[in-house]
Amino acid sequence: MREIVTRIKEITGSIASLHATGVGLGELAEIQSPGRKTLGQVIRVSGDVVTLQVFGGTKGLSTNDHVRFLGHPMQVKYGESMLGRIFNGSGVPIDGGPEPVEEDIPIGGPSFNPANRIIAKQMIRTNIPMIDVFNSLVVSQKLPIFSIPGEPYNQVLARVGMQAEADIIILGGMGLKFDDYTFFKETFEASGVMNRVIMFIHQASDPVVECLLVPDMALAVAERFAEAGRRVLTLLTDMTSFSDALKEISISMEQIPSNRGYPGDLYSQLASRYEKAVDIEGLGDITILAVTTMPGDDVTHPVPDNTGYITEGQFYLHNGVIDPFGSLSRLKQNVVSKVTREDHNDIMNAMIRLYSDCRESRNKIAMGFKLSKWDETLLAYGEDFEKELMALEVNIPIEEALDLCWDILARHFDAIQTGMKDHLVEKYWPKKASGEKNAA
Amino acid sequence: MSVSGKVVAAYGNMITASFETDVQQNEVAYVITGDRKLKSEVIRVRGTVCDMQVFEDTRDIKVGDPVEFTGNLLVVELGPGLLEQIYDGLQNPLPQLAQQSGLFLKRGIYLDCLDRSKQWEFTPAAKVGDSVQAGDVLGTVPEGIFEHKIFVPFDFIGTAKVKKVAEKGSYTVAETVAEVEDEKGEMHNLTMVQEWPIKIALAKYKERILPVEPLVTGCRIIDTFYPVAKGGTACIPGPFGSGKTVLQQLISRYANVDIIIVAACGERAGEVVETLREFPHLKDPYTGKTLMERTIIICNTSSMPVAAREASIYTAVTLGEYYRQMGLNVLLLADSTSRWAQALREMSGRLEEIPGEEAFPAYLQTRIAEFYERAGYVTLEDGSKGSVSIIGTVSPAGGNFEEPVTQGTLAVVGAFLGLTWARSNARRFPAIDPLISWSKYVEQMKETLDKIDPNWVAMVKDAQKMIFAGDEIKKRMDVVGEEGTSLADFIIYLKAELIDAVYLQQNAFDDVDAYNTMERQVYVFKKLTEVLRKEITAQDKEDARQIFFRLTALIKNWNSSEWESDDFKKFEEQINEFIGS
Repeated sequence: MREIVTRIKEITGSIASLHATGVGLGELAEIQSPGRKTLGQVIRVSGDVVTLQVFGGTKGLSTNDHVRFLGHPMQVKYGESMLGRIFNGSGVPIDGGPEPVEEDIPIGGPSFNPANRIIAKQMIRTNIPMIDVFNSLVVSQKLPIFSIPGEPYNQVLARVGMQAEADIIILGGMGLKFDDYTFFKETFEASGVMNRVIMFIHQASDPVVECLLVPDMALAVAERFAEAGRRVLTLLTDMTSFSDALKEISISMEQIPSNRGYPGDLYSQLASRYEKAVDIEGLGDITILAVTTMPGDDVTHPVPDNTGYITEGQFYLHNGVIDPFGSLSRLKQNVVSKVTREDHNDIMNAMIRLYSDCRESRNKIAMGFKLSKWDETLLAYGEDFEKELMALEVNIPIEEALDLCWDILARHFDAIQTGMKDHLVEKYWPKKASGEKNAA
Repeated sequence: MSVSGKVVAAYGNMITASFETDVQQNEVAYVITGDRKLKSEVIRVRGTVCDMQVFEDTRDIKVGDPVEFTGNLLVVELGPGLLEQIYDGLQNPLPQLAQQSGLFLKRGIYLDCLDRSKQWEFTPAAKVGDSVQAGDVLGTVPEGIFEHKIFVPFDFIGTAKVKKVAEKGSYTVAETVAEVEDEKGEMHNLTMVQEWPIKIALAKYKERILPVEPLVTGCRIIDTFYPVAKGGTACIPGPFGSGKTVLQQLISRYANVDIIIVAACGERAGEVVETLREFPHLKDPYTGKTLMERTIIICNTSSMPVAAREASIYTAVTLGEYYRQMGLNVLLLADSTSRWAQALREMSGRLEEIPGEEAFPAYLQTRIAEFYERAGYVTLEDGSKGSVSIIGTVSPAGGNFEEPVTQGTLAVVGAFLGLTWARSNARRFPAIDPLISWSKYVEQMKETLDKIDPNWVAMVKDAQKMIFAGDEIKKRMDVVGEEGTSLADFIIYLKAELIDAVYLQQNAFDDVDAYNTMERQVYVFKKLTEVLRKEITAQDKEDARQIFFRLTALIKNWNSSEWESDDFKKFEEQINEFIGS
């Protein structure tokens, strides 16, 4: 707190500039207007002109407001008493509780040394069969949920948060509607996990700059907990709002846009956040599950497109279910049938292959072609598959889900039709299935 | 004497500094902020100020911070001990950095690129009284399985007389191994280490020659249909999820070159980890040593500073050129050149240059061409041959090959291996699309290839024609249905599918099928040609389909049988029966 300046020279969008010296890039400033205080960050210095990004927005900012430089960059609190608390995009509590008395840590820290990384080999159970069985989530993975606006992506995120094996859940909400914010809060409270949750929430009505800080704060706190040996699951929703905030700021900084108005460094910006996912040898880990809404269901839109190049796979949310086609967990081969049951890999492939055949049979109906007996079998199978495994309400551990897969197969097919290996059929094919067919 | 200056402005990773006397374009300078020195590079000079890109996080930089100009361009250190190393884009050794600064990369720490304490067994080659020039060999040290040559520095000016040469024995890289006197009578102490500026091609050879030797990758669709030459260039564009990285990893394991340089440029850290954790345990199919012993990893992943990402590609190719000087064949795998181009775009934006297409700078195409032109097959001064080959991946936005980086790359490379979603969604891996890919090396290497078999190129072209014919029939069939297609056409379609299923597709996770030697490819492809030429007599389409089902299964089993094993012979026998029947 070294300097007080009384005159702001220029105000545009969420950017303000003024005269000051001895100020470093990234330094934090406090702007005192009559009746309100807001923070800003130095994003450019040139001669004695300092340009600030004003977190609270510039509405009502006056040229004679007082500005103090704090001598340090943006920080966030870190400590045990953060658990169960809710903060806004500037790190201020919004749950009515007191300001936590904890250590201040910088946000947006350096990259993890790649030479220290290890190959991820542990699965995170979510009890959602479409994830556990078909696209397993692996510790330290970064995975987005690609979704059209209107799909129940926040519901999926909340369920994974409630059920996943993790010590701490950190939710970063960007551009959240009040209803969604309340939904997360109530769901976590009702399910009794709130005491291991920390929420950083930027609501749609909050100033846009705060949106940019949410992932950095969430991940800075996650990183410290992981270093302290905790297993952290970070949920981010919605990264498209984050990217739109980037777009807004960069255009008001007069940067040349590259693709549909997004800045040229969108990839680097997203990557520096997602790459925080890590498994620290002998200590804790960070897994990131994020929502990316696709404007117009267009996967080639710059946000999902850049995200796809960064993340280790993606879940597609279509018509209220996680679509097995298109969804992909790149790390699943590290765990499938290695840490999970031996039949996992084969049954997963057989189920998907037959379900894909079922979709072809459905196309035949749509085209008005004649159906064979085989088609009828596939259609019946597909229906059971969707009802008993794909539906989002299904909530069973992976072992039970694998057994259910065998059961569904046995109900509709002879073992030979499924192409499963003999030794697996001998061991797992149900002797008596809950349907008509059961001969192995 | 170093020139000093002061920061006058800072924005993002670019700073503007004033200077006292003179600076050079692309000169390295250090910004001193607090107790840290941050490496940066001059990228534009305007009057008494210059713009510099900083290779580190620029947080805390203030107007008035001192700047030290070094008078040197951005260089790499060359000498024994490069192999098996894992460097960042500026040649900082990452494992050593981890020992020193812990889990995270701290800024402003620059370590020795080459281990200063390791002893190397030096055998002199030059003698006292010899006249030497830049690039002449002073002696050798063994580095793994290679004879690492110690050169007179490549930037040494004029001819020098050797006054003293170290005796055979152990030395560290920093110890003097020769003393020479230059034309002006000045003495120079030469060590095993030298420096070379990364943005200037190291072109100390007699002549560049046309690449005509195939670079075998072990991947059938590449080696047979769209081959790459030693000293040639290829690009692999593909949307996310189409298997670029798996393909690059396979090539890095099986390519028949001496040295592999993997440049992980702005991609996921997790992928590099697989390479650096697994290579020390995997065997090189050619030498029986571990793969790591022939590998250098340059790792500047997506969350590391973007200016260093721009440099990483040049660092990698310079190390490649250095080993080429020893008469070795080097393959550089750059994943991905799009991220490098994006780094150029970011800086161009900060410099407020007038943007070209998709905001890429207007000089993008020139830079891409300059980079790929550093590949080449050369005759060295001593008559031996060496090569640098470059295979770069491209990550086109939205999978659209019309974008500037893909187009700029296609204009300068010798082979195009296009990956498409259509093939990866159909689980046809490697997802190189035979309908759009091409290689100029088929014609260029025709003489060499036809030594394999006088009809090799003709056979390959026939198979290609059949793939295209099959695709035409498939498109028609999608409209008129199977019933509207003649049996003869249907059989051509099935033949094309057969080539695809048993030859173009390859199972990366099958120990045998993952990699085919050229010998095996030739053998299998000739047999496949015989199968394709056979007249198939089928009663109807269902019958034809059944015949091809069996044939496909048979050849697939053959593919996963060990070369010349009993199983291999057994399946071949059955295929012969089919051809004879």
